[in-house]
This record gives sequence, C-alpha cells and structure tokens, in this order.
Amino acid sequence: MKFSGSDVISMQEFSKEGVFEVLSHAQRIKEEGPRVDLSGLVLANLFFEPSTRTKLSFETAMKRLGGEVISIDSVRASSIKKGETLADTVRVIEGYADGLVLRHPKEGAAKMAARFVDCPVINAGDGSNEHPTQTLTDLYTIWREKGRIDGLNIAVMGDLKYGRTVHSLVIPLSMFDVNLFLISPPQLEIRSEILNDIKRNKADIHKSSFIESLIGDIDILYATRIQEERFADPNEYEKVSGSYKIDKKLLNGAKKDLILMHPLPRVDEINPEVDQLDAACYFEQSANGVTIRMALLEMILGGVLDE
Amino acid sequence: MNDKDLRVGSIKDGTVIDHIDAGSALKVVQILGIDENIEDIVSIAMNVPSAKTKTKDIVKVEDRELASDEVDKIALIAPEGTINIIRNYEVIEKNKVNLPKFIKEVVRCPNRNCISNTDEPIKSEFQVINKNPVKLRCVYCERAIEQNVSEHIK
Repeated sequence: MKFSGSDVISMQEFSKEGVFEVLSHAQRIKEEGPRVDLSGLVLANLFFEPSTRTKLSFETAMKRLGGEVISIDSVRASSIKKGETLADTVRVIEGYADGLVLRHPKEGAAKMAARFVDCPVINAGDGSNEHPTQTLTDLYTIWREKGRIDGLNIAVMGDLKYGRTVHSLVIPLSMFDVNLFLISPPQLEIRSEILNDIKRNKADIHKSSFIESLIGDIDILYATRIQEERFADPNEYEKVSGSYKIDKKLLNGAKKDLILMHPLPRVDEINPEVDQLDAACYFEQSANGVTIRMALLEMILGGVLDE
Repeated sequence: MNDKDLRVGSIKDGTVIDHIDAGSALKVVQILGIDENIEDIVSIAMNVPSAKTKTKDIVKVEDRELASDEVDKIALIAPEGTINIIRNYEVIEKNKVNLPKFIKEVVRCPNRNCISNTDEPIKSEFQVINKNPVKLRCVYCERAIEQNVSEHIK
C-alpha cells in the first residue's frame, strides 16, 4: 500500500498486507525509536466531538516525532458556531497544516473532507461509522500479545450497532483465519451491510447475545461501551445499558491466557476488580495508540517505507 | 385523431422511454428533471398493455434526444427500460438502460446522520453494488439501500 501523502479514512481501504506494514513499522518504532524527524511540520487536530485518548495520542505522537500540533477542540469556539461548513473549515486549515486529523459527529465527514483538500486526512472517528486508527491500535495489541492474529477465537461484545471502533475492527479481522464472535443485545446487532461485507471474507462469523457459554473458548474478548450519546431515545438506552458485566467471576471460566481489550472509556462493563488480572490489557492497548499513530505519521507525513 | 391515436401516437423526433415498470413513469420524469420549466412536449402513458409484462409505462419527450448519462439513471427504477431515439418517425437507435457504477444527486441517503444530508457543498453519491434488483451504497457513510430505491429518490 502507498502511505506517503495518503488519507486514512476507512479500514475498507486496507489490505491484510497494508495492515501488517503499519503493525511492523509500529513495532520497529517500539524497539528502535522513531526513524524520521518531522520538525517543521504541523498537524491539525480538528475535533468536533469530545475526545481524550485519540486527540492526546495524536498530539503525543506528532510531538515525539518533533512536529507541531494545532487544534480545534470545541465547536463553540470555532467558526462552525458561526455557520461555516466543514468543507470551508478544512480548506482554511489546510493552509496552516501539513496533515489533518478529523473527528466529526457526521458519518462520512472525513471522506468528504479528503475530497476538499490535498493534504492527508486521517479519520479519527466519523459518527458511528469508522475509527480506523483505533482499529490499527487494536490489531497491533492483539498481534503483540498473541504473536499472531490467524487462528484466534475473538469475541467483540457490546454496542455493535453504533460502535465505530467495532465497525472498523471487524473489517480487517474478517480477512484473517479467525473465529469471530459478535455478541450484543438484539437491539444493538451489527448493521446488515457490515455483516454482509465481512461474511464474504475468510473468518467464520458467529452471532450471539450471551458471553457466558463462550468465555471458555475465547482468546481475545473485545468489550465496548454502550454509548448513551448515540441513542435518540433515552428509554431505548436504558433497556440495553448494563447488558454485560465483566468481572472476576466471569473470567474464572476463561482461558488462562485470555486477553481482555476495550477501546475506553468504560462505564460499567468492566468491573475495576479485573484491572489487576493478567487478562486486563486495555491500558496497554491505549498506550499502543501512540506507537501506532507515530507509525502512521512517519509513513504518511515522513514518507517512511516508500523510499 | 381518435382516442387511441392520442394515447399511443408516434412522435416525429425525440426520445421514447419504453418498458418502464407500470406506475413508475412519474418517477422517471422526476429523475429526468422534467418539470414545469421544460419547453419540450412530454407525453406520459401509464398502465399501457404490454406483451412482456402485462402493463407498462411509456414516456415520450419530443424534439430532444436524451444523452445516455441522463437516461441511465432511469435504471434505478426501470431496470428493463429501453430508450428509443426517434428521427422523422423512425427509430434510429434503441438501447437498454444501463445503470452507471455511481449515481450522483438523484438519491437521498437514508441515514439522517450522513454528511450528505447536511448543508455541505456536496452532492449525494452512491455506488451501485447490484443492478437488478438495484442495491446502492452511500460513498460517504457506507449505508446501503437494498430495497425500495424509488422511495429514496429526491
């Protein structure tokens, strides 16, 4: 895959080889440190929805590579409040920065932005659609912890309907030789178009509403938050909130080397008593986000791997 | 001129869109952008007896030869439609509609949270993932329209 100067909008654009190029490069950075100096380059963080991890990890990644970061992190303080279109905003910011990182509540926002600017656009979450850099972080975490992705039994659990991290993650996972268990309340099942897409790939897909009967077979349990902000009707949220609780009792029945992941923030789906267990991997997963974003910035802005 | 002539009369020059699914002619007219501002003579025949499909609709646009990119969008709701170009009462060209790979502007994304349903300066755009039955996918938000496409025509 070509990365230099490219956008990262959707995991649909990634081949299996492309995924491994990013993971391998991230591992090289982890072991040997950065390969390029991005001093003199400016990354614009455009966050039109709240973010802690994604925004700060991009900022950290760019600074560790020697670059500078400018940010919009409040719609109220920007021209959006004055009615400016996103298309205008990104064309203005392109004049200040060498690359744009965009989080926006509307689905397809990053795709649209990329059509209006020449500089690279990285999708940091567009509504409930996709979050590809979180997915690369997740894949890197699985690969580091297990040494492989093929052959694993992977359960993705929680809000599969609105969860953008889930939508992005199941696309590449389905390209591997894995058993992929999709666990959700019936109201929050994965959308049919995504299910149809991934069914065409290599993975064996299984749907379920319960984790208890599966926990003994799972290598990776990827839990997600049921996101109150995606529900138009608060009553509908109340019906499904708290559907899953991961605690020591549940994990007693798990494989000894189970890895428990979560894109964070969590609400009540993982009991804090689990944090001390070897299975708990979500804080390392979060830290891996910086390494992956350093790898992407080196490849996209620094042209590493394309020479 | 009797009633029968009025309904099915030939046109001298122009375009005849035939084999439209019965009841869909008005949608075809809408897709072609034919409205009160058009100066050409347009005839719409609905529920006309047909050997192939029992009944069909026909649209005739006089003195205007519609370009293929104009009529291909008709395949969204009339996948069996045919386009006849008429000159001096003779059919000089007969083509089946052919749905293009991408449809712009004509269809509205059913996802209210899609960026194409905002004030941004973009047109809706769908990839055609299946031609008959028509299945579309929004290039922005990836949502699919897998049935009743006509309900989503703007």
